[in-house]
Amino acid sequence: MHAIEVSGLRKAYGNLEAVRGVDFTIEEGEVFGLLGPNGAGKTTTVEILEGYRRRDAGEVRVLGHDPDDPGPDFRERIGVVLQSSELWPNLTVRETHAIFAGYYHAPRDVDEVITLVGLEEKTGARVKSLSGGQKRRLDLGIALVGDPDLVFLDEPTTGFDPAARRAAWEMIRSLRSLGKTVLLTTHYLDEAEQLSDRVAVMREGLIVRVGTPADLTTTDLQTEIRYRRNGEDVLLRTNEPTRVLAELTSAAVARGEELEGLQVRRPSLEDVYLALTADEAEVES
Amino acid sequence: MSAEAIRLAVGRPARRLFVHQLRTEQLVFWRSREAAFFIFIFPLLLFVLLGSVYDGKFQHVPVRWAVLAGLVGYGCANTSFAGLAIQLVLRRESGVLKRLRSTPLPSATYIVALLVSTLLVFGLQALALFLLGRVLYGTPFPSDIGSLVATLLIGSAAFAALGTATAMAIRSAEGSSAAVNFVLLPMAFLSGGFGPTTGYPAVLRAIGDVLPLTYFVKLVNAVYLHGHGFWTQPEALLVLAGWGVAGLVLAVRNFEWEPRER
Repeated sequence: MHAIEVSGLRKAYGNLEAVRGVDFTIEEGEVFGLLGPNGAGKTTTVEILEGYRRRDAGEVRVLGHDPDDPGPDFRERIGVVLQSSELWPNLTVRETHAIFAGYYHAPRDVDEVITLVGLEEKTGARVKSLSGGQKRRLDLGIALVGDPDLVFLDEPTTGFDPAARRAAWEMIRSLRSLGKTVLLTTHYLDEAEQLSDRVAVMREGLIVRVGTPADLTTTDLQTEIRYRRNGEDVLLRTNEPTRVLAELTSAAVARGEELEGLQVRRPSLEDVYLALTADEAEVES
Repeated sequence: MSAEAIRLAVGRPARRLFVHQLRTEQLVFWRSREAAFFIFIFPLLLFVLLGSVYDGKFQHVPVRWAVLAGLVGYGCANTSFAGLAIQLVLRRESGVLKRLRSTPLPSATYIVALLVSTLLVFGLQALALFLLGRVLYGTPFPSDIGSLVATLLIGSAAFAALGTATAMAIRSAEGSSAAVNFVLLPMAFLSGGFGPTTGYPAVLRAIGDVLPLTYFVKLVNAVYLHGHGFWTQPEALLVLAGWGVAGLVLAVRNFEWEPRER
């Protein structure tokens, strides 16, 4: 069964069409990354799936429920990490987890979740004393304490230092190994590339590309070959890097020359993303 | 967990969630020193101060009885109107309300638990006021407890409705406390919350005559000072109900779970 099915989804705020006909499906147990610049419609899409916003048109099924009119167990089965929430500053990490655990029929063990998100040293600390990264881990902990099947992660590592980001990535990978479905929205392309089974790139309310990170990087852009010749930078773009490189290098060897500064670079997801989300004018030029 | 316990837990989720949320609200309230001080302690301090400066008779009873009745009125407005309004704005703007909406906790259970928690705080405060009055100034306990409880419930309900409506009219957390107190303190002064207004100029008393707290203090005076049943004051009940219903309509129509700013 699909965890999430979306077809023809539309949503406008007044004259602004935030989402203009979006289709995608997410399989059970999949980590799905939703990418796009600010204003692309990511948050609107996710908030419709979470049940915060009503759609104008289209079909949406989340764990078999219509989020506009969900059955009683819908909220038992989803976990949500919002972009920012402050919770109760004077309560402790453990109290906050226990309060959220109390909202669910069959919650996970509170201390186990606190350990899972790496806050075991902060169990008795007041929420207001936590660092930004620790607060995000608390957000993740309270999203997991109800033992959800589907987790929405909205920019989960914004403001993290590199070490904290690696730790968060490990946690998200562990969600996948527990069989959870994860819908991840992020600005960080390395994050999407590292964690997602598939990514969708949104732009101006539409999905412009869906696929595995590997698919996107191999099919969309050409490989770049750079070197210097007579003090000039040379840049070649090709779909046949092996042949072009062989010709280049054998010619250079035949001339007894060294190709100065030779680089072969496969496009990263970031290059693909930038090409997909660049303004039309820039793409044409 | 035994099979019986599981059946009970699953069979009464609404009650379990309500009790859980009521405990949460109480924990959150008492853990916040600002809330506990400004909402719970401050009216008690004011009573001790004002009780020590007023002396003489009011409506044939010692004026300190009336000061106590007035402070019960102020306490009610302070807790159910101002305290609730400020807390709701803070929670909406901090994203807690939005976050809770994605949990299985029903919206109605959340609201009812918050209101009952507020009422519990005010009930304890009223009790503390009567105890303090008895110990410090020899004021009597109310003769008709049933009528007094009914009065406090009616007042709390009206002010909670007005507090919720006010919270939805305030856009940002910053300055919400100043805005609410800008309404509360003059109202308390003009309505007799800080002692009888008999000596005030006619203009101020005329303004006081449209405020809900004036009628709530009248009701408490009738019940506490003179031992009348609360139903003997139809005018006060009607005005309070009018304000309460207006507040309720606005509160329901404008209720927002998500932050206004951002």
